[in-house]
Amino acid sequence: MVVSMDALRVEARHAPGDILQLWKRNMLAYRRQPDLLVFSTIQPVMFVLLFAYVFGGAIQTGPVDYIDFLLPGILAQSVLFGSTQTGVGLAVDVTSGMIDRYRTLPMARSAVVAGRILADTTRNVFVVGLMLGVGFLIGFRYHGTVAGAIAMPFVAVLFGQTFCWISAAIGTSVRRAETAQVASFVWLFPLVFVSSVFVPVETMPDWLKVVAENSPVTHTVNAMRGLALGTDFWEPLVKALAWMAGIMAVFVPLAVWRYRSIQ
Amino acid sequence: MEQGLNGSSPIVVVRDVHKSFGDVHALAGVSLEIDAGTVLGLLGPNGAGKTTLVRVLTTLLDPDEGSATVAGFDVRRERTRVRPLIGLAGQSAAIDDTLTGRENLEMVANLYHMGRATAASRAAELLARFDLTEAADRAARTYSGGMRRRLDLAASLVADPEVLFLDEPTTGLDPQARLELWTVIRELVATGTTVLLTTQYLEEADQLADEIVVIDHGRIIAQGTAADLKARSGGEHLSVRVSDLTALDQVREVLEAEGDGPPTVEEATGTVSVAVSNGPARLAGVVRRLDEAEVAIADIGLRQPTLDEVFLSLTGHRAESDPAEAPTGAV
Repeated sequence: MVVSMDALRVEARHAPGDILQLWKRNMLAYRRQPDLLVFSTIQPVMFVLLFAYVFGGAIQTGPVDYIDFLLPGILAQSVLFGSTQTGVGLAVDVTSGMIDRYRTLPMARSAVVAGRILADTTRNVFVVGLMLGVGFLIGFRYHGTVAGAIAMPFVAVLFGQTFCWISAAIGTSVRRAETAQVASFVWLFPLVFVSSVFVPVETMPDWLKVVAENSPVTHTVNAMRGLALGTDFWEPLVKALAWMAGIMAVFVPLAVWRYRSIQ
Repeated sequence: MEQGLNGSSPIVVVRDVHKSFGDVHALAGVSLEIDAGTVLGLLGPNGAGKTTLVRVLTTLLDPDEGSATVAGFDVRRERTRVRPLIGLAGQSAAIDDTLTGRENLEMVANLYHMGRATAASRAAELLARFDLTEAADRAARTYSGGMRRRLDLAASLVADPEVLFLDEPTTGLDPQARLELWTVIRELVATGTTVLLTTQYLEEADQLADEIVVIDHGRIIAQGTAADLKARSGGEHLSVRVSDLTALDQVREVLEAEGDGPPTVEEATGTVSVAVSNGPARLAGVVRRLDEAEVAIADIGLRQPTLDEVFLSLTGHRAESDPAEAPTGAV
């Protein structure tokens, strides 16, 4: 592929407007596909309720109420599962020929992936807000500062956005939407469960604990818990942000490269 | 820019383009030119390299070797110049099912950076032109196959392209929808748009194209007008079917006298066929002679040679991908 100065000029001039167009398109699609809306709202809410009431009594979280422990974790879990939709959506566009149309238009190349991720991030904002609301209804309370309370969901959304790029790299590499879905959950499930999302990592066997303690999910969830509960959050937050920066450094170029080399 | 044979300059120039996917040579040295305002039909079976050439010319795929220009711009080095000038309607309609017809067209117009008001009026205009106004505000997923293709075609025309690429525009459509789409394409051509049309149907190329290029295994194997190609493959075929199989010999004799070659007899269906030139006149002659011989005709008609028959005469082998039968033009 030849990248010309012309191409870069198109990119610089049209990227914001084109990203907005693609964002609009994906938001409309969300609104009109009830199954997607159910997947991205009912399921996370169901997880909150199931874990709070079914597992809540059995999981020991010390002096902290389980719902206070759980909610930051389950927010991270929801945005992670939600990120799979980026890849699924892009794979659908590849198979339907939609990507071909975009690539013959004089539009910014980055807009298809970026517009998709912006829409998925918008949905995450909505989902996180909804889950916080449900959480409050069943007893979740903030115990830290106002700044921490505002920052906590923000970290979740940022985390979800990061994983959307991994999903985008997958979605532009596979041939079918179903493959994108399966290819995401295969590693997302262990990643989410081998972490501090649902249980304190201290209860895991030693070998697994090592994995869990160094997982980006654990760092992110611990940072969110620190922010929500008013306990220490700086160390996990720095580590979480470092993980996110590292993932973005690898997967943004990878997703862009995969998108460019679709044939 | 070079001058074409008829004096107008070629708007698409392809020079010795090669493209391989692993061991498969999808294009093995293709060169062609399309004069501005004309329709080139690219005819060949599945896997001949038609779509690969369209993808090269629409900047979706880089050629391994050779070069191609559209309106003087190189499709590889100047693709940002090429894109505003072209439109592509592909084999599968590239439209968003969840959006309405209008939203699909407005989105494409916006991605051409037309401005909101222009985008809206352009979308409305195209919807009206393609008979989609009534369905404009319904989700595209509720559209029929023919409507989807029309919407796809409308999307490819949003920016009034200089060159329109139609990659098998009627594949998978029922005969009625195919005829409708032909009408639409003819109207486009009448407005002066240059078109490259790929098809598996000789009749479709015949109906729509000024010139036909036949492609097989990534190489051009014949080029000319529809009449040239048909002449080279024995022209039209005249078929007679009888219910009374004892009459087959009489029919064969008549067709031998009226046709341009030895007739083929298919006993199972009671059909005798022969290649003919000046079909309608021959048809009348055959009917008269059979009538005089008091042979009862179950069915009689003229049909175009199929792509398979053209291939057989051009290459000595059949079109390998077993393309669908060409639509017949029974009388």
